[in-house]
Amino acid sequence: MSDNLREQLLVLPAYFQGHLVLTLIAMALGIVVSIPLGVWASQSERVKGPLLTVVSIIQTIPSVAILAMAVAALGGQIGLVPAISALVLYSMLPIVRNTVTGLETVPADVVEAARGIGMSSRQILVKVRIPLALPVIIAGIRTAAVWTVGLATLSTLVGATSFGNYIFTGLQTRNLLAVTVGSIAAATMAIVLDAMIGGMQWLAENRNQDVDSAKYRRVKAAVISIAALCVGVSGYTLLPNEEVDFVVGGKAFTEQYIIAGLVMAELQSAGFNVEQRVGMGTEVVYEATANNNVDVYLEYSGTVWANILQRDGNPGRERVFEEVVSHIEEVDNMGNVARLGFQNLYALAMRKDRAAELGVESIGDLAAVGRNLVAAGDLEFFGRPEWIAVRDSYGIEFREQLTFDTTLMYTAVNEGQVDVISAYTTDGRVAAFDLLLLEDPLNALPPYDGFLAASSRAMANPRFVEILSGLENQISDELMREANKIVDVDGGTVSEAVAFLQSQLN
Amino acid sequence: MIRLQNVRKTYDGGANFAVADTSFQVEKGELLGLIGESGCGKTTTLKMINRLEEPSGGEIYVADENVLTQQPEALRRNIGYVFQGIGLFPHYTVAENVAAVPHLLQWPESRIQERCHKTLDMVGLPYDDYGSRMPTQLSGGQQQRIGVARALAAEPEVLLMDEPFGALDPITRAELQEEFKRIQNALDLTVIMVTHDMTEALLMADRIAVMKNGEVLQIGTPSELLNSPQHPYVQEIVEMPKRRADRLESLLEKPPGNERGAGDPA
Repeated sequence: MSDNLREQLLVLPAYFQGHLVLTLIAMALGIVVSIPLGVWASQSERVKGPLLTVVSIIQTIPSVAILAMAVAALGGQIGLVPAISALVLYSMLPIVRNTVTGLETVPADVVEAARGIGMSSRQILVKVRIPLALPVIIAGIRTAAVWTVGLATLSTLVGATSFGNYIFTGLQTRNLLAVTVGSIAAATMAIVLDAMIGGMQWLAENRNQDVDSAKYRRVKAAVISIAALCVGVSGYTLLPNEEVDFVVGGKAFTEQYIIAGLVMAELQSAGFNVEQRVGMGTEVVYEATANNNVDVYLEYSGTVWANILQRDGNPGRERVFEEVVSHIEEVDNMGNVARLGFQNLYALAMRKDRAAELGVESIGDLAAVGRNLVAAGDLEFFGRPEWIAVRDSYGIEFREQLTFDTTLMYTAVNEGQVDVISAYTTDGRVAAFDLLLLEDPLNALPPYDGFLAASSRAMANPRFVEILSGLENQISDELMREANKIVDVDGGTVSEAVAFLQSQLN
Repeated sequence: MIRLQNVRKTYDGGANFAVADTSFQVEKGELLGLIGESGCGKTTTLKMINRLEEPSGGEIYVADENVLTQQPEALRRNIGYVFQGIGLFPHYTVAENVAAVPHLLQWPESRIQERCHKTLDMVGLPYDDYGSRMPTQLSGGQQQRIGVARALAAEPEVLLMDEPFGALDPITRAELQEEFKRIQNALDLTVIMVTHDMTEALLMADRIAVMKNGEVLQIGTPSELLNSPQHPYVQEIVEMPKRRADRLESLLEKPPGNERGAGDPA
């Protein structure tokens, strides 16, 4: 077994539990919310139309957006709660719709008989209509379960552990094996849950025939054992486990995974119990740290400058850093525990031969030729104020702007599919693909000092501050680029890059 | 036992009456046939008695109690109800179907069991053989026997039947009609049976009420209706079975078929 595979399988139990708990809690809540809504809708045409419209519309909102909104609505809380909220919203459509359909298709003569023998509306609902609608309702739950297992992979983005951790980390660190393990695991879970609920559906459909047949008993036993296993595993997970001292957060790219790994290792070697939640978006992890849900993560001065302070222009590296630190300390109640020493600048990059062909050396040169070029940005770039500043300062307009996963973006520019990309200066792939970083004579892009932003809770712990402030100025641009290159270019794992950094420290 | 007094039903605020000013009385142990074409108001009349439909006017008494002052569910639990759709609960066993009303009335379990055995015996489907079967495993005729057993389980004195044998094949229907008549006599049940089959009404009913356009045209014993119809429609509908029997007889008497069947009663 390769080291990589061993590393992936090591985290499988944790990811499996995380994913299962997310799915089961979301499904349970989804059922508890949706069936009563479906019953209500089936009793009133006035409710039915609007309700079905609303749950259908929820379904059309992109899942990542729902997750982000859930985090915002919950005041920056990350982890299980926003993830489950989003999954519950998504599970509603099939369950509500099938509940309505199921109740409406109960034979009229059975309902008339129930009324005729003196059942109240409530008794008719509970004793006759719901039991008869059950196979259809269960079919809705089955659809919802498969969707939920799939969507739960996105929970990683808001800091809830799931099989998505494999997929997102794998994509960002070019670890195809991790992506594969995550996908197979999620698919397997979906198949098993689908089979279990399918079994329930079969039982509900066939209970009017011979319930004593051998097949009926076999299916029943199988369904009960899978269900018991699911409940057992998730119950075990929900038991109070070891106290976590600190939560290390991170965004979704290689450098973030490496620094998160390094910080985690430093804290662990001091005897702290640390949990890692990486793969989040900037807004999410920033909010979470301000609210003490994450204790420390790698942030960049320019990111806060442009996105949180909403400033443009570049008054110089030191000015930007000072203003950013004073903002996070005074306004958002966070701290700077260590300025690491490297800068990871956003820059525009091109293949050298393509740049020479077009006569482009600086960003300013793009103003003349941009209309014929295709640009690609990472998932955030074209939405960020830095890009707006560059675009407006230089008057650039591209023929097309595409948004890519970072790894695929580098591949695209290297293969000539796009002309210009948003690059990071510490990215090992800039050197590996021999890309040209375009100069920024107008200083439209702010500086990006890497620093460890920490929660107020963590800053109050002297030991925490002591350990991590030891990283101050320890990681140069060179060193960071080397570490990134191990993962992005040489195909190593994040742990290997962390080990390399550790070996270079002190 | 059952008394309707100027009962009316309108669905459009009085412009049209589905049932117009209807009054009649059914004595204890009597079976009244309520007959007429589709849409004549016979089913609406029946359903007003156990308040599956609310009357727009008039008064209805069952066992000298005004039904309109009673809680509808409680009223229905004390009145048996059988209809063409049968409407057995497909997710209940035969025994659970029969026990449905006693359960609603919260009888003690031992009494329910005893009653289930007795009722199923009465309809010729012994508990031990049929009690644990599901309705889908029964034939149409057997299902309607269970329908009757369910209606009788809580020992009602009054039974309302809406075309109870309408969906059955002729042989099963004749069998059930006879058996039901026997049960009715044995239990001294007061029954109103809606039907559009005059033969069925003539064979089973003590008295027949003929309805048309929401009104009762005539009410009387079968021989009263046959011998002194007071309305051309009554005459037409009452003579129908006889006309059909005569036609049948003439067909059977025709040559060359003189070997057998000719002398059988129609």
